Amino acid sequence: MQIDPSKCVACSNCVPVCPMGAIYVDLQINRATINYDECVECGTCHRMSGEHLNPTMVRGVRKLAKFFRFRFEPEPDVCPTSAFVMEELEWPRIARRVFSDPLVEHKSTGIKGRGTEEVKTNDVAHRVDVGEVGYVIEFGRPGVGVRFHHIQCMTKALAKLGVTFEPKNPISHLMTDKSQGTIQEDILNEKILSAIVEIKTTIHEVPAVLDTVMEVSKTIDTVVAVGVSTRCGDAGEDTELAPLLEELGYDFERAKTNMGLGRVTNVQEKEEVGDQHLAPVR
Amino acid sequence: MTNTLHRYGKAASFEDDIIVFAIPCKGKNDEGALDKLKIFLRICARYKPSNMGNSFFGSYKPSKALRPTVHWNRDTQPDYESVIAAVEKVGTVAAVFNSKGKAESCLKDVIEADLGLSINISTSVEGAKAVGESCGISRHSVEYSLGFFDPHDHLPNSQVLELSTMCGHGMVSFNFAKKMLDMVREGRRTPGQAVSTLARFCPCGVYNPDRAKRLLEEARTRQA
Repeated sequence: MQIDPSKCVACSNCVPVCPMGAIYVDLQINRATINYDECVECGTCHRMSGEHLNPTMVRGVRKLAKFFRFRFEPEPDVCPTSAFVMEELEWPRIARRVFSDPLVEHKSTGIKGRGTEEVKTNDVAHRVDVGEVGYVIEFGRPGVGVRFHHIQCMTKALAKLGVTFEPKNPISHLMTDKSQGTIQEDILNEKILSAIVEIKTTIHEVPAVLDTVMEVSKTIDTVVAVGVSTRCGDAGEDTELAPLLEELGYDFERAKTNMGLGRVTNVQEKEEVGDQHLAPVR
Repeated sequence: MTNTLHRYGKAASFEDDIIVFAIPCKGKNDEGALDKLKIFLRICARYKPSNMGNSFFGSYKPSKALRPTVHWNRDTQPDYESVIAAVEKVGTVAAVFNSKGKAESCLKDVIEADLGLSINISTSVEGAKAVGESCGISRHSVEYSLGFFDPHDHLPNSQVLELSTMCGHGMVSFNFAKKMLDMVREGRRTPGQAVSTLARFCPCGVYNPDRAKRLLEEARTRQA
């Protein structure tokens, strides 16, 4: 991301907008400036609403107002001169945009966002079954960001447990050796807003996996958010995972719940799987 | 995508925050899904959701061509029609409701429409279960949020977290949530004006302006 210095009027509206706190007003040049190493290319500043005011006029008005100690209070989500320029990025920096801008689609998943469809389509995809547990281990969010080498600390530790990494997940896509949990070297120092590692185990492995996640979280300088999922029984009950999490001392107030209304409708897929695998509409 | 899973708050704080979303499964039911996604959103719109999104923008969206007069008459109302009209690619679409009753009525109509898409509800564990049961359906799968692990104390106070994490992709920064909170406290913005400003940063349209308004009203007289 770049700020056009000929347009910027140093109003500082963009400073608090940046999720990484990477924008500041440089007093030497009196322009908003981006700390390029901290910027994750999420596009939030670029998506601010914009006006197209004359920069020279705005600077003059601001100077006058400042002299008389006036405070003009513009709309806080507006760049008055539309000064942000989204530049073309090359590898490895483009990885920042792919993992940070929710409007950019991952090639590995074919969907926008940092993970896969998880249990959101489990009624159709049958990704996680009864007695199995899916995990979404997310790094950097909210509001902290993460570098790939921190994520690799976790993937290496999880690989030692022998877990299965979700093959369609964007981080799995960047692994050079899934059995070791290693991520390709040229992006290890790139900073991104967040990323998700997805794995699946049996219910018996939940304590070991969550213990490992906790332990590794203490050693990496970011924030980690964890989601765990399972398939419910026929009556919608979860008699395994929820009691286990309670026993392990985890507090879980919020959930994403698949209501079981999906079914296979693509013609070719329908013919291949046969009617016995179609999820009933309940 | 876990953009609605890790909202900060206790279960009671999600009583006015129920997200219903539809998602096609790639290779399984994505053929012809575009029209079904639009039907889903039209059903949701009947029940006046707090917000609505099509993965590109929500019913509160930024504009690149504002006039200078906008500082005195900014539009703060949701625009459902533009969200529905702009569903041009198969993906996730969502609506946010501020009451269990609205979510139930919407879900009943969605069941009736028999779209065949996966329908998910993101709210408190018990809240989602109750909405389903009242419509005569039971849960297929569930994904629990275990919250944030922050051993290095990076995170701000609970009021800022509650406001900021409603955009799960992290597009509402801590600093901006704090700025709007301060502007409300200082009387420079009303909670209503502040929430429409916050919601414009959430491109998926899952930011809940009604919950945010309640949180801002609670926070203006009490610091966390």
